[in-house]
Amino acid sequence: MEFITEHLLSLILFTPVLSAVVLMFIAGDQDKLIRWVALGLSLIPLALSIFLWVNFNSDQAGFQFQEQYTWYSPINASYHVGVDGISLTMVLLTTLLTPLSILASFTIKDRVKTYMVLFFLLEMGMLGVFLSLDLLIFFVFWEFGLVPMYFLINQWGSEKDTRKIFGREINARTYASYKFMIYTIAGSLGLLLAIQMIGVVTGTFDLLELYRVWPSISEGTLFGVPVVTVKAFAFWAFVVAFAIKVPVWPFHTWLPDAHTEAPTAGSMILAGVLLKLGAYGFLRFVLPLYPEESHRYALVLGFLAVMGIIWGAFSAYGQTDFKRLVAYSSVSHMGFVVLGIAAAAYAINTQDAAIALEGAVLQMFNHGLSAAAMFFLVGVLYERTHTRNLNEYGGLFPLIPVYGGILIFTSMASLGLPGLNGFISEFLVVRGTWPIFTLFTILSTIGLLFTGAYILKGIMGVLHGPLNKDWIGHVSEINPREIFVIAPLMVLMLWIGVWPAWILNVIDKAVIWFYGIY
Amino acid sequence: MSLETILWLIPLPPLLAFFIIFLFTYRNRGLSHWTAIGAAVLSWGGSLYLLWQALGIEHFGEHPITVSIPWLPTGITWLNIGIYFDTLTAVTLFFVAWTVLAIIVYSVGYHNYGKPKGDHDVPGLPPHGATVTDAHGHKKTVMSIEPMYARFFGMISLFAFGMYLLVVTDNLLTLFIGWEIMGLCSYLLIGFWYGKPSARNAMIKAFMTTRVGDMFMLLGIVYLYSQTGTLSYQAILYNEEVLAQLASTPAVWGLFGLSAAGLIGLLLFFGTIGKSAQWPLHTWLPDAMEGPTPVSAMIHAATMVSAGIYLIIRVFPLISAGMEHGHLTPTMVVIAVIGTFTALFAATIAIAQNDIKRVLAYSTISQLGFMVAAVGIGAYVAAAFHLVTHAFFKGLLFLDSGSVIHGMEHGVFHTGEHVDPQDMYNMGGLRKKMPITFWTFLIGGLALSGFPLVVAGFWSKDEIFADAFAHRYWVVFITLAVAAFLTAFYTGRQITLTFLGKARTRAAEHAQESNWVMTVPLIVLAFFTVTVGWAGIPGDFPIIGGLIPSWFHEFVGSSLLEHPEAVEFSFVPLLTSLFVALGGLTLGYFIYRKVEAGAPDPLAKPLGPVYTLLQNKYYFDELYDCLFVRPSKWISEQFSYYFIDRKVIDGVLHAMGAFVGFFGGFLRNYIDKPIVNGLGDFFGESTKKVGQQSRLLQSGRVQQYMIVGLATLAAFVTLVYYLLVGAK
Repeated sequence: MEFITEHLLSLILFTPVLSAVVLMFIAGDQDKLIRWVALGLSLIPLALSIFLWVNFNSDQAGFQFQEQYTWYSPINASYHVGVDGISLTMVLLTTLLTPLSILASFTIKDRVKTYMVLFFLLEMGMLGVFLSLDLLIFFVFWEFGLVPMYFLINQWGSEKDTRKIFGREINARTYASYKFMIYTIAGSLGLLLAIQMIGVVTGTFDLLELYRVWPSISEGTLFGVPVVTVKAFAFWAFVVAFAIKVPVWPFHTWLPDAHTEAPTAGSMILAGVLLKLGAYGFLRFVLPLYPEESHRYALVLGFLAVMGIIWGAFSAYGQTDFKRLVAYSSVSHMGFVVLGIAAAAYAINTQDAAIALEGAVLQMFNHGLSAAAMFFLVGVLYERTHTRNLNEYGGLFPLIPVYGGILIFTSMASLGLPGLNGFISEFLVVRGTWPIFTLFTILSTIGLLFTGAYILKGIMGVLHGPLNKDWIGHVSEINPREIFVIAPLMVLMLWIGVWPAWILNVIDKAVIWFYGIY
Repeated sequence: MSLETILWLIPLPPLLAFFIIFLFTYRNRGLSHWTAIGAAVLSWGGSLYLLWQALGIEHFGEHPITVSIPWLPTGITWLNIGIYFDTLTAVTLFFVAWTVLAIIVYSVGYHNYGKPKGDHDVPGLPPHGATVTDAHGHKKTVMSIEPMYARFFGMISLFAFGMYLLVVTDNLLTLFIGWEIMGLCSYLLIGFWYGKPSARNAMIKAFMTTRVGDMFMLLGIVYLYSQTGTLSYQAILYNEEVLAQLASTPAVWGLFGLSAAGLIGLLLFFGTIGKSAQWPLHTWLPDAMEGPTPVSAMIHAATMVSAGIYLIIRVFPLISAGMEHGHLTPTMVVIAVIGTFTALFAATIAIAQNDIKRVLAYSTISQLGFMVAAVGIGAYVAAAFHLVTHAFFKGLLFLDSGSVIHGMEHGVFHTGEHVDPQDMYNMGGLRKKMPITFWTFLIGGLALSGFPLVVAGFWSKDEIFADAFAHRYWVVFITLAVAAFLTAFYTGRQITLTFLGKARTRAAEHAQESNWVMTVPLIVLAFFTVTVGWAGIPGDFPIIGGLIPSWFHEFVGSSLLEHPEAVEFSFVPLLTSLFVALGGLTLGYFIYRKVEAGAPDPLAKPLGPVYTLLQNKYYFDELYDCLFVRPSKWISEQFSYYFIDRKVIDGVLHAMGAFVGFFGGFLRNYIDKPIVNGLGDFFGESTKKVGQQSRLLQSGRVQQYMIVGLATLAAFVTLVYYLLVGAK
């Protein structure tokens, strides 16, 4: 027991790798066994995370459950992990969505073992980002997560679609996976350089150390260039890397492609967790390491966030492909996260900033729930109809009333209907942003309005309409396995919407401590 | 149980009913409606008990009951939510409780409980009737039960929950939650028969139009919250310090020269414009008629639109903050103008509509305009009073119209005649066929037109006139008087066309009175349509004034910090009110009493193009379609998606990709291949060549090696000799 509490984070982080190893010992043709073992093993990190949540003391300031071991001593990089309220919620989100995604993947028939192994590796990569307290280790995990995702899109993505680029027809999943991979790596390039530069200047990669040292370096020159300039460059290197991941408008076009082409569970994880890595980067690295630059460039970031909110919603409304519609909704929703962060960066140390950040973190969690749920529902529909075109469904409501009810519920959570989770976080972001960026707040409501438009368009396309006789006998009601996937998400959506204090309290205290507000 | 506990519990039964119906009793129709009715009864009982208790508390207005608990952590503070019970809450609960209960009971009959399953009925379309064989072997078509019977009761329970939540809550945030839940329910119920294209469009239109207002309202809430750090009524609306501070702070950016209170009030009022269907966001309400009729009653009387009015009455202290010596604040002027305009505007449209429900829909918009205008001119109590009376008579009228349609449908099934059962021109003479419906409709119609003395609508409308007159808002007074005249006129037209004269179709000849499940709620609502008005008879009214104590004014007015004074009695507004009501009704009767089957509207000719304009609702739908709907579609599909994302951003990315590809090709073809590879190849190739050449020497023949060896040796010796000896 003591071993568990002392190494809790490492256990959470590396159980997925061990699970992957275990899976490799199962014969490749035992699909059923592999699925169930994978599901069972993926529940371990979830159980550990819940244990972590229960044992986490939100009243205590600072990172908890820290572990630190020398990793690469010549450059002072160490394996240093720890959690605070912000990373804790993200860890919970990750370990929750992974088993659900695995359960959602039970319909995968092609190379099941490889698929599941990739999923576990992906989980480790994501958890590593949230848990690292060392810049170099963080970067390793950051890049690591890309690889399994690339293969998941490239190998298990939708097969039919093609895309025309410069007159050449290419497979859409190939296109999407390349775009995803190259775009993200291109962004990481500057990040790596900036991290190395920080390491060279300060002689350490340890985050806690850097929080103290790095922001206070403000005068003189580095490498013969004024510090201000160097830091500005480093700031933008960080920002671009994270902005691509979030994605912040106009770096977002990889997202609709990747999400649309990925297999259902891949989209669930992409939207549910991977996008949060970028936002988490802003929260954990950009704001505390570059407080001055963040303040100086906050307006730019806020502007881009609003553009994302508005144009993301418009583009979602302009879709006829249901999955792409949901993908674009992520651009719009994540815009609120960035808007909250930008506003807080501009006026840190105010209660408004605290509220905006709280809203941003909760929005990350909420979007994780609702986007994963939406992608799952799109997947459920696709498996039955083999189309994603909203004009081809007709009125499916009479055929699949239970699915219809679930779809309406989830759509409403995504729309931000009061009483469900999305509203709480959007309200907090809007409330926190209003006194800081009033105009941006007003403009963002245009996005909220069109959120309504595209959500209703989706519901109408799928459910409402005269009964489409072609589907009778082909479209079956949602099955118990699928209900098991969606039910935990629905419970959480309702719970956070009705009684948000259990999670907000943790976030709230972490935000106040971490950013030294008050 | 203490009053607080009951207050907390009031919204709960309908919510539980919603969950129970959808999770457990869905397949059992009877159990589902009993669950919904049981829940409604519980909330109804609680509401009436609370009102009863409140009437007994002295100075209740000054000492409302409020309890709250922390809900949302915000930094180091918490946002509390809780319950608030004052006189306004009490009277609102009263009408909500009665109308909701009446509507739910009525729905059991409306959806043909106990009738057979339809022959071709599918979920998503109204029932088409079932063929039954009676004892004599005759086949006939009768009404069939609604295929989605249980779903209706589940949704309507959630609707009721939203309204109860909105009324009992103590802060604007939970009010907004109830507000939006009702928005969802209206969306789902307007589109209850989603198989009809018109219903599909109407459901989206309702949700989106109200959402426009909601977004402004959300900003208002956020603004208020930022300014005061709280959203509780008690801490803002009934707190002179905060109000004074809000009234003296200039609005953000000094917008329109308003105070913070003014701008917040205006933003919140936008919410009302959407929810209570005021111009220019009125277009959704008539289309909302696509839903089953009980839903129309729910939206028009018990919940949705009343919620909008409740909101501005509730935040009246904020709207009027900074009002001095009877000078209206700019926000109040805006509210008064919009309300007055809407009252007249909607009334003009109503006179040219033929659908029985649509006439009522426009009358609702118009009546809500009266209330909004009343709030705008500071007639707080009059607005609240009209809200209550309107809820009863409009709920009654809608249920009546549902009963009429039901009776007509019966006729349609019976005769097999294909006529629109909602078109008043297909009716006529229903008075004798449907006596209960007729008499109750008459009471409701008279209340709507403000028929003197007997009905509640007269007293509440009269109070608005009296207020406008006493404070000399002539424009408001005259416009509302014209609107009231038109109201009486179209009501007279409606009653005449529907119930009087002769039947104009065979279906109308065979119309049948609805059964008791539907008529009992009608009678109950009719009872209140008459009696509620007695609560507000001015004390100095000639002859009957003072017979019944006018407690409404006292009771509701006392919750304001500054108790409004009752206006002095004057004959001018009274006579005006009498003239427009009686005149309009009489005119309506005389013009329409002899309309023959198939004849055009008697007004169509004299009014000419104006009539067409009215019939087409001033073309607002078409206008909005051109101004907003089409452009947004174009922006979404063509501009935002294809142009920005696909063309520009992806174009840049692809260009970068192409450039990298091209650059890589250049490197490969012009640097890599010729220089790097060339150099490498050169060394490699030349070494290979040398090897190949020298391989010739390696022949394996000893003699040859010998010769080479000797020759080399000879050459070497010669060289050494030359170097050593020859050099000397």
